[in-house]
Amino acid sequence: MNNDIISPENLVYAKPELMNDSPMHYCPGCSHGVVHKLIAQVIKEMGMEEKSIGVSPVGCAVFAYRYLDIDWQEAAHGRAPAVATGIKRCWPDRLVFTYQGDGDLACIGTAETLHALNRGENFTIIFINNAIYGMTGGQMAPTTLMGQKTATCPTGRDPKLHGWNINMTELAANLKGTCFVSRQSVESVGSINKAKKAIRKAFEASMQGKGSCLVEIVATCNSGWKMTPVEANEWMKENMFPEYQKGDLKDTTGM
Amino acid sequence: MADKEITLMKGNEAIANAAIRCGVDAYFGYPITPQSEIIETLSALEPWKTTGMVVLQAESELASINMVYGAAGAGKRALTSSASPGIALMQEGITYMAGAELPGVFINVQRGGPGLGTIQPSQSDYFQATRGGGNGDYEVIVLAPNSVQEMADFVDLAFELAFKYRNPAMILADGVIGQIMEKVVLPPYKPRRTEEEIAKESPWASMGRKKTREPNIITSLELNPEAMEKHNIHLQKKYQTIKDNEVRYETLHMEDAEYMIVAFGSAARISEKAIEIAREQGMKVGLFRPITLWPFPGNAIAELAKGKKGVLVAEINAGQMVQDVRLAINGAEKVAHFGRLGGIVPEPEEIVNAIKEKLS
Repeated sequence: MNNDIISPENLVYAKPELMNDSPMHYCPGCSHGVVHKLIAQVIKEMGMEEKSIGVSPVGCAVFAYRYLDIDWQEAAHGRAPAVATGIKRCWPDRLVFTYQGDGDLACIGTAETLHALNRGENFTIIFINNAIYGMTGGQMAPTTLMGQKTATCPTGRDPKLHGWNINMTELAANLKGTCFVSRQSVESVGSINKAKKAIRKAFEASMQGKGSCLVEIVATCNSGWKMTPVEANEWMKENMFPEYQKGDLKDTTGM
Repeated sequence: MADKEITLMKGNEAIANAAIRCGVDAYFGYPITPQSEIIETLSALEPWKTTGMVVLQAESELASINMVYGAAGAGKRALTSSASPGIALMQEGITYMAGAELPGVFINVQRGGPGLGTIQPSQSDYFQATRGGGNGDYEVIVLAPNSVQEMADFVDLAFELAFKYRNPAMILADGVIGQIMEKVVLPPYKPRRTEEEIAKESPWASMGRKKTREPNIITSLELNPEAMEKHNIHLQKKYQTIKDNEVRYETLHMEDAEYMIVAFGSAARISEKAIEIAREQGMKVGLFRPITLWPFPGNAIAELAKGKKGVLVAEINAGQMVQDVRLAINGAEKVAHFGRLGGIVPEPEEIVNAIKEKLS
């Protein structure tokens, strides 16, 4: 192998500087790793490495703080938007974001999510929606689809027994305090690029004080769904994308 | 303005004024009787225009305590307040702050319970304050004011102790102290700390990682059991240090006392009058007033109880602090409890009668 090829000017891709070498606990096929990478890239590109504070959830991403070398706070289940409010109100020049799963954000944390967004708090909520409670072993989530099978709806989600799934991002887009609400995914190069642009726009809007931002990433959980990573991607495209439609649901940033 | 300026105001108003003056960075709260004057006063004084202090009405007490967690985790002096049922909601945030070692401060202006209860005063949250209502082995520093002056003075003291030990601290008041109007000398203004001062005082805080240091991570989670035991041992050592160094109490007329009343907060104020009445009747009664309920002044109580004809614990509840008094005295002297329940505030004569009936 000609080692001259590995020279700085030939380097077109590298692990982001803010991501460290800690082995990740996420399952192979999980979307978390990709989204972590995008956040690391965006923070660095914005030059905000020394002024960023992340708030991690209860869920698989509870350990997000192990992988990105910025300051972090671990919040109680669902409380990240309240924790972030405390941080951002006291340090207005910092880049503050929360990183939450669907159970965290749309179930136990519904009040904190909606109220922080409606107050127009100047931070971004990154919402990883994989329609299941992954960390605790695959129970039903607020975004679990009708008919979807999980540990607490083993014969399939039935509205009479389990209620309906909730479209939090649509709710957020209707709140007065939000300025940018977008839904993306990270299963292909094209979708990853769009997701990164959305995260960048949200972080920029946060720093310019334009209001609150929500970026949902429709994601897979091949372990919880009991599929292979490739099957999970296909299942997501066939079943989740029609229900959780991608695109910018609200953009009043003027950016 | 003159430092010794005397003003007349409610206990709740004194908290709000003191918070602005002692450089509190943020107050997050929710209305509940009998303490809504705290957020109302702060909202009217608009400190964000003068000291830059944040004042935010949150969507619930649950959100309020988590906002305090976030701000405290970022090194800021953050305060919230509520009354008994709202403090019940805050227990999650309190145990998280204890586990993550955060210097948040919160105030309980107690009212009768249990449950939604009443809006009248009570002291029935002593257990909630000192035995935790949150999960796990933890302690909260508890200060019990008995006057509007102490409401004003204890805000800075609570933050001083909270930051000294990286531990949540609370002011346990009640509806009487919150609502009475008394003369008060408010503390002098001290500016909010700068970023440099915060970084120096709290190098552990998540305020944005300078490249010269490792990331700061605020968390109470540790899945490795050996590491978690080590963390808990560290917490227990910290609590022992606080017990060794931060006990505060006051005594009144104990020099010749034959009976000792142990009381805190408004019950202590009523007991002062009871002692006057008792002494007029020829009974030599003194008062032991714990100021820190945790750490509890058990050693001092045991010492002063020696040789007394009896100890009456006068508290407006069904018998909570009396347990700690009994533990301290350990059977050496007679201990009785007197209390009214559910929002009734006792008269001084009732305390005098209780000494006669229960300790003779």
